[in-house]
Amino acid sequence: MFGLNQAKIERNLILLGILTLITISIGGLVQVIPLFAVEQTIERVGGIRPYTPLELAGRDIYVREGCYVCHSQMVRPFRDERERYGHYSLAAESMYDHPFQWGSKRTGPDLARVGGRYSDEWHVLHLRDPRSVVPASIMPGYGFLDRPLDYRDIGERMATLRAVGVPYTEAQIANARADLEAQARPESDGTGFGGRYARARQMDADADSAHITEMDALVAYLQMLGTLVDFSEVTPEQLRQQ
Amino acid sequence: MPDVSAVADSPPLVARRQPDYVEAPLRAFAIATVFWGIAGFAVGLFIAAQLAWPALNLGLEYTSFGRLRPLHTSAVIFAFGGNGLFLASLYVVQRTCRARLFGGEDAAWFLFWGYNFFILIAGTGYLLGITQSKEYAEPEWYADLWLTIVWVAYLVVFGGTILKREEPHIYVANWFFLAFIITIAVLHLGNNAALPVSLFGTKSYVAAAGVQDAMIQWWYGHNAVGFFLTAGFLGIMYYFIPKMAERPVYSYRLSVIHFWALTFLYIWAGPHHLHYTALPDWAQTLGMVFSIMLWMPSWGGMINGLMTLSGAWDKLRTDPALRFAVAAVGFYGMATFEGPMMSIRAVNALSHYTDWTIGHVHSGALGWNGFILFGMLYWLVPRLWGRQQLWSAKLANWHFWVASLGILLYITAMWVSGIMQGLMWRAYDHLGFLQYSFVETVAAMHPYYVIRALGGLLYLSGALLMAYNLWRSVSSSPAEASAAAQAAAAPAAA
Repeated sequence: MFGLNQAKIERNLILLGILTLITISIGGLVQVIPLFAVEQTIERVGGIRPYTPLELAGRDIYVREGCYVCHSQMVRPFRDERERYGHYSLAAESMYDHPFQWGSKRTGPDLARVGGRYSDEWHVLHLRDPRSVVPASIMPGYGFLDRPLDYRDIGERMATLRAVGVPYTEAQIANARADLEAQARPESDGTGFGGRYARARQMDADADSAHITEMDALVAYLQMLGTLVDFSEVTPEQLRQQ
Repeated sequence: MPDVSAVADSPPLVARRQPDYVEAPLRAFAIATVFWGIAGFAVGLFIAAQLAWPALNLGLEYTSFGRLRPLHTSAVIFAFGGNGLFLASLYVVQRTCRARLFGGEDAAWFLFWGYNFFILIAGTGYLLGITQSKEYAEPEWYADLWLTIVWVAYLVVFGGTILKREEPHIYVANWFFLAFIITIAVLHLGNNAALPVSLFGTKSYVAAAGVQDAMIQWWYGHNAVGFFLTAGFLGIMYYFIPKMAERPVYSYRLSVIHFWALTFLYIWAGPHHLHYTALPDWAQTLGMVFSIMLWMPSWGGMINGLMTLSGAWDKLRTDPALRFAVAAVGFYGMATFEGPMMSIRAVNALSHYTDWTIGHVHSGALGWNGFILFGMLYWLVPRLWGRQQLWSAKLANWHFWVASLGILLYITAMWVSGIMQGLMWRAYDHLGFLQYSFVETVAAMHPYYVIRALGGLLYLSGALLMAYNLWRSVSSSPAEASAAAQAAAAPAAA
C-alpha cells in the first residue's frame, strides 16, 4: 500500500514511528470519541446532582484512602447483584465523578447503593473497627479519621470541578464552607443549604458537634451513594442507552 | 567492558571497531531493577498477609491496604519493570545499531536519576494519601508532569541512537521498544489529563468523568499491560533469547506480523475490564472481540520466541538465564490464552471483581515479566561488570525452582478462591434466596490468602537468592569468580 513495505519501514525511524503512532491510535479513538459525542451514552433520569461540599470532602477521603482498591461502585445487571445490592448502576449516577470510582475488585462488597442501608452510627463503628460489627471482616480500621476535617479549600475544589464540567452554581461555590458546616451540624439552620442541594441530609455521624471530622465527611458521602435516582419514577425509555 | 566473548566467537565482527558503548548508567539501572524488584515483592507479600491477617494493617493510615496496594503495583510494574526496560532498551539499542548512546553518559544518567526520582515522589505520595485513584496511574499531576519530561528525553535518547546507527536495518527488538515508548507517552498524556486545585497543592481532578473516564482509564490500564509489560518485554525477548541461545530469531516474517498485529489489536482491548457495567454495549463488544483476536498475535510471538531455540534446546539444561527466559515465554503464552478467555462476557460475569483476575495478572507479572527480567539479569550483569560468568549457576537454579513453586502456589490459590467466590456470590438456596452473605464469601477466602502469601514469600526468597548471586558475581575478582564457577560446574559435569 502506498509503495510501503516492511523493508522500507524498518530502515526509516521516522516512518516506523509515525506508522506505529497511527496503528496504536485507531482503536482508542474509535472507542473513546463516540462516548463524548453520542448523547444517549448517559441515561436521561432525574435526581442527579453534584456532591454537597461535605459529601465531596468525604469522597476525596474515599479516594485518598484507596477504598476503590477493594470496593466497586458498579452493580451489574444480574439477578444476584440486584438482590444483594439493588438496581444496576446507571452511567448517569457517576456522571459528575472526577475520576470514576467503579473499581475493579470486590474484596469487600459493592458500595454503589450503600447509602441508607446502615445507620450513621453503624458506619462510624464499622470504620473505626470493622471487626467490632462484622467479625469476619478483613477491612483495615480507619480510627484515624476521627480528626478534624481540613476544608479550607473546599470552594477551590468545587471551582476546579466546575472547570472540568460539574455544574456547580456561583451560589454553591460562594457558600461552600457555610454549606459544609450546615450539613455537618444538624442543629444549625439548613434552609440555605437545603435550597442549594436537593435530597441532602443534615447529619453529624460521630455525634460530636464540637468538631467536623473526616469521619463525618466520609459517612456523609457513603450515605448518599446510590440514593439520588428514584427508581420508582424511572421509565424503561429513560434507561435506554446507546 | 564490551562483550569480548561474543566478538571472539563471531570472526566477521572482529574487523569492525566496537563503538564506545555507554555502560555505567546501565549498571545503575541493573542495580535499581534488583532493588525495586525486591522492594516491590516485599510490599506485595506484606499486603497479601494483610488480607489473610487484617491486624497487620496496624491501624495506621500509612500502612493500610488501600495505600500500600498502589505502592506494590507501581513498585513492581514501573520501578522493577521500568528500570529493567530502560536497562534492556538502552543496552540493546546500542548493540543492534552499533552506535554509542545518543547524548552519551550524561543523557543516560539523566534518565536514570529522572526516572527513579519519579518513582520516589510517586511512591512517597501514595503513603501520604496523594493519589488520583486511577489504577496504575495513581501519581498526581506534578509527578505526571515530571515523568513526561523524562519520557520525552527517553524517546530522544533512544530514537537518536537509532538515527546514528551503522546498521542499515532497525532490529526487531527496537520496533517493540519504540512502540512501547511512543504508546506509553500517548496513554500517559490521555489518561492523566487533570486540573490541579492549586499550583501549590497536590490535589487535582481528572478532566473526564464517569463512563468516559472509565473508558479512558481502561484504555490506559489495559495498554499499560499491552505496551509496558508486553511490547517492551517482547523487545527483551527478541534480543536476549537469540543471544542466550546463540541462534537467530526463528522467523523474520512472523516477527513482522507479530509486531503490526499486536500494536494494532492491543489498543482495542480495554473495555473487557468494563463488561456489564454502565459502559454502552457496543464498546464492551468491541473490547471482547479484539481481546479474542489478540490471542493469535500473542501466540505468534510466543512461537517465535520458543522456536528460536530450535537446535539449542540442550542449553536449557545448563544455562539458568535461558531457562528463566524460556519459562517466561511459556507463561506469556499461558497468560495470553487466559486473558482472551476471561474477556468473553459470559466468563467475565463470573471472574470479574474476584481473585481470578489477580491470579491472571500475576501469572503474567511473576511468570512472564519477572522471569524474563531475571533471565536477562543473570545473563547481562556479569557482562556489564566485565565478568566471565555468573558466580553460581546452582544458586540460580535454586532461584528458578523456588520462584516457580511460588508462582504455582500463587496462581492456583487465586484460581480456586476467585472461582469459588464468584460462584458463592451467585448461589441460591432451595427456597430461592441468596445462599451466602457477602462476608461469608470473605471468610471462605482465608486459607487461599494464606497459600497466596506463602507463594509470594517463595517468590521473594528467590529474588533474594538472585541478589546475593549477582552481588557475588560482580564483587569477586574476575579470576576468582571464574574459578568458583568452574569448581561448581565440575561435579555437575562429572
